[in-house]
Amino acid sequence: MGLIGRLKGRLGRTRSAISDGISGLFRGGREIDADLLAQLEDLLYSSDLGPVAGTLCDELTRLHRRGELRDEEGVRDALRALLLERLAQPVEEVDLSHEPTVILVVGVNGSGKTTTIAKLAHRFQAQGKSVLLGAADTFRAAAARQLEVWAERNDAPIVRPERDGYDPAAIAFDSCESAEALGIDVVLIDTAGRLHTQKNLMSELEKVRRVIAKRIPGAPHETWLVLDGTNGQNAVLQAREFTSAVEVTGLVVAKLDGTARGGAVFGIKEALGLPVRYIGTGETLGELEVFEPRSYVEAILGGGD
Amino acid sequence: MFETLTQRLTASFSALRGGRSLSEEQLDEGLAEVRRGLLEADVHIQVARRLTSAVRDRLVGEERLEGVDPAQQFVHAFHAELVEVMGPEDARLSFAKSGPTVILMAGLQGAGKTTTCAKLARWLRDEHHKRPLLVAADVKRPAAVEQLQVLGERIDVPVFHQPGATPPQVCLAGVEHARATGADVVLLDTAGRLHVDEELMAEVAEIARVTNPDDQVLVVDAMTGQDAVSSAGAFHSRLALTGVVMTKLDGDARGGAALSLKAVTGCPILFIGTGEKIEDLDAFHPERMAGRILGMGDVVGLVEKAQEQISEKEAQVSFERMVMGSFTLEDMLSQLRMVRRMGPMKKVLGMMPGMSSQLDQLDVDDAQMNRLDALFTSMTPRERLQPDVIDMSRRRRIARGAGQDVGAVNDLLKRFRGMKKMMKQMGKLGLGSKMGAGAKRDALKGLSPSGELAGGGGGLLGGLGGLFGGGGGGGAAGAGAPADLADALGGGARPMGSSATRKSASKRRKKDRRSRKGRKGRRK
Repeated sequence: MGLIGRLKGRLGRTRSAISDGISGLFRGGREIDADLLAQLEDLLYSSDLGPVAGTLCDELTRLHRRGELRDEEGVRDALRALLLERLAQPVEEVDLSHEPTVILVVGVNGSGKTTTIAKLAHRFQAQGKSVLLGAADTFRAAAARQLEVWAERNDAPIVRPERDGYDPAAIAFDSCESAEALGIDVVLIDTAGRLHTQKNLMSELEKVRRVIAKRIPGAPHETWLVLDGTNGQNAVLQAREFTSAVEVTGLVVAKLDGTARGGAVFGIKEALGLPVRYIGTGETLGELEVFEPRSYVEAILGGGD
Repeated sequence: MFETLTQRLTASFSALRGGRSLSEEQLDEGLAEVRRGLLEADVHIQVARRLTSAVRDRLVGEERLEGVDPAQQFVHAFHAELVEVMGPEDARLSFAKSGPTVILMAGLQGAGKTTTCAKLARWLRDEHHKRPLLVAADVKRPAAVEQLQVLGERIDVPVFHQPGATPPQVCLAGVEHARATGADVVLLDTAGRLHVDEELMAEVAEIARVTNPDDQVLVVDAMTGQDAVSSAGAFHSRLALTGVVMTKLDGDARGGAALSLKAVTGCPILFIGTGEKIEDLDAFHPERMAGRILGMGDVVGLVEKAQEQISEKEAQVSFERMVMGSFTLEDMLSQLRMVRRMGPMKKVLGMMPGMSSQLDQLDVDDAQMNRLDALFTSMTPRERLQPDVIDMSRRRRIARGAGQDVGAVNDLLKRFRGMKKMMKQMGKLGLGSKMGAGAKRDALKGLSPSGELAGGGGGLLGGLGGLFGGGGGGGAAGAGAPADLADALGGGARPMGSSATRKSASKRRKKDRRSRKGRKGRRK
């Protein structure tokens, strides 16, 4: 099964939501009119596309007026093109050539940071890289322990605090230092979940970043924001705040294995232009896919095989 | 928390404001805007549709009220409909008649189950004098059991776990353990699971079957999008959910999920999580939430917080000093500290009517309060009691002591004089009553969306607004706090509400004054 097929299986619920909806709209040989377009807009909203849904429908209406939108297939094709245009980004593997490459992982509480780090470690190891984990979530009870379990499963070294409440920046610093000493290729630094509205916690994150940069000039080479794929429009606000605090360079969308739509990604792309790096599609270590716009859109819309 | 929805509604309402009556086209225009706003706030599409058509029905059938701003009529209808959708009544946990009460907590990964379990255990023990037992049945996520154990230790609540057992076995043994140790509430912390994961859904259903819980609670992340309804529906079909806890409402989640869940699943929202601390769990009140969504603030919540933290005596003494005109810097400091006890400033101010939409710009910072506190404490007691003695050289000394410049001292003194002047005027009006038993009820009445909110926020809260130098406090922020609130905090307030509210408020005050006289008489 190809990547598109697998993604479709995983994003199946999303696919059926929009795709079946469009089929439903045209049932009985209905013509395209303002009413149908309004219903289509609702359909797009229900996939967490947010304001993007409105813009898409405005563009479809424009196409319809120009007579370029005739039937169901036409609507699908136009939507596909519009969605793809919004996600366009070069498909590229992450540059892991720095020695070490430091990746800082941030996000709100419960978005899936720690699990994502475990998956990333697994992936990079499979590419022949050595990985070190830095447990800089010193706030949540037993968070370091959780990462330690993953480190054991991945057989990766870990730098962890001796107790909860330790300075996260110090852990990040130690992680970088150990990685250099051990000749590690990739350092993944886990941070405590924090709501993007909490100023002091956001400045704490900024400090972590600063301290990393002090130890290894140019680091962190990547700062990834982990988003919960079930989140709605709040994800856009999260992306905005985290980006302004720590210069997020990419997104990882987790938990796309349920019925979640993941449509918020479009709003984030539009507002901030951040590339999506990976999507999490399951609970096992292997279930992390490189984000690929075409497959994502195909999977969301259905058809096109 | 609901700022964005509120801002949007405010924008669409202001388009309606000013007109003498509401035409149907205007109404539809307003409703379309609101519907879009609801959708962008992650309200489920079906619920948004239902809500707007219900508001339309209400308004189209309704007599145009003479002299009532159409926008207000709109808000009123919306408020009523929101309460209807989210409530309409406050929901409660149900407790077992005999034997331990069993509460099953379920939800998706990362919703906040473990944290909520600990918060709920603390709440049950401290507010309801229960003896809770936490059961760690999440054997899936690494270190989840340890997380609960650490939290249990922190709040001094026992945590039960049985290594090597399956989750249903652990839960069953936990209930037995509670019986044996005399715990009267058992909280089952289960693993996060996806509603499409057949195996795990069967497992949680099995847990419910063997433990026969009194409450089956779904924990939902407030930031969830349109998917909230489908996942909650799936949980509901496998469990007999009795309620929902909505977490992470301390961020800027618009909480559309809160609006949708009750409407679609029929499960009431029991609690909301409002912060990272163990105490940050509040009972959910649809009435208040609706007020909050519409930018009316959570005045009742504020009053309750005030009641919790500020003793009646303190408030009374402070109030008397104010109206007597003997208000000093010492009083100002003690008020500052009273308010700070109620929690972080942003949270307290966010509960004030009309303030929530301004918080973004206000940038209220607890560090600012610390700086103010430092200014006060670098004064001598004499300076605080007789502010008139503070001359230029004293100002310089105070500034040095607080590590700030003289401008900061001047600012503080200027605000102090402003407050004093304002209070003197209020004292002349002979207003003010301390918080009575019926205050909560009255404050609720004050929240009635038909008229303006009762009272302009005066006294301390108004002063507070002044302290931040922006927005101008409750009164200036558009709608004020009810008179009772300002009174409770030691200030006087000039009611500016509709005539009906004014009448009832003055009646209340008269009554209170009489009873106070009576008490004084007895003391003599």
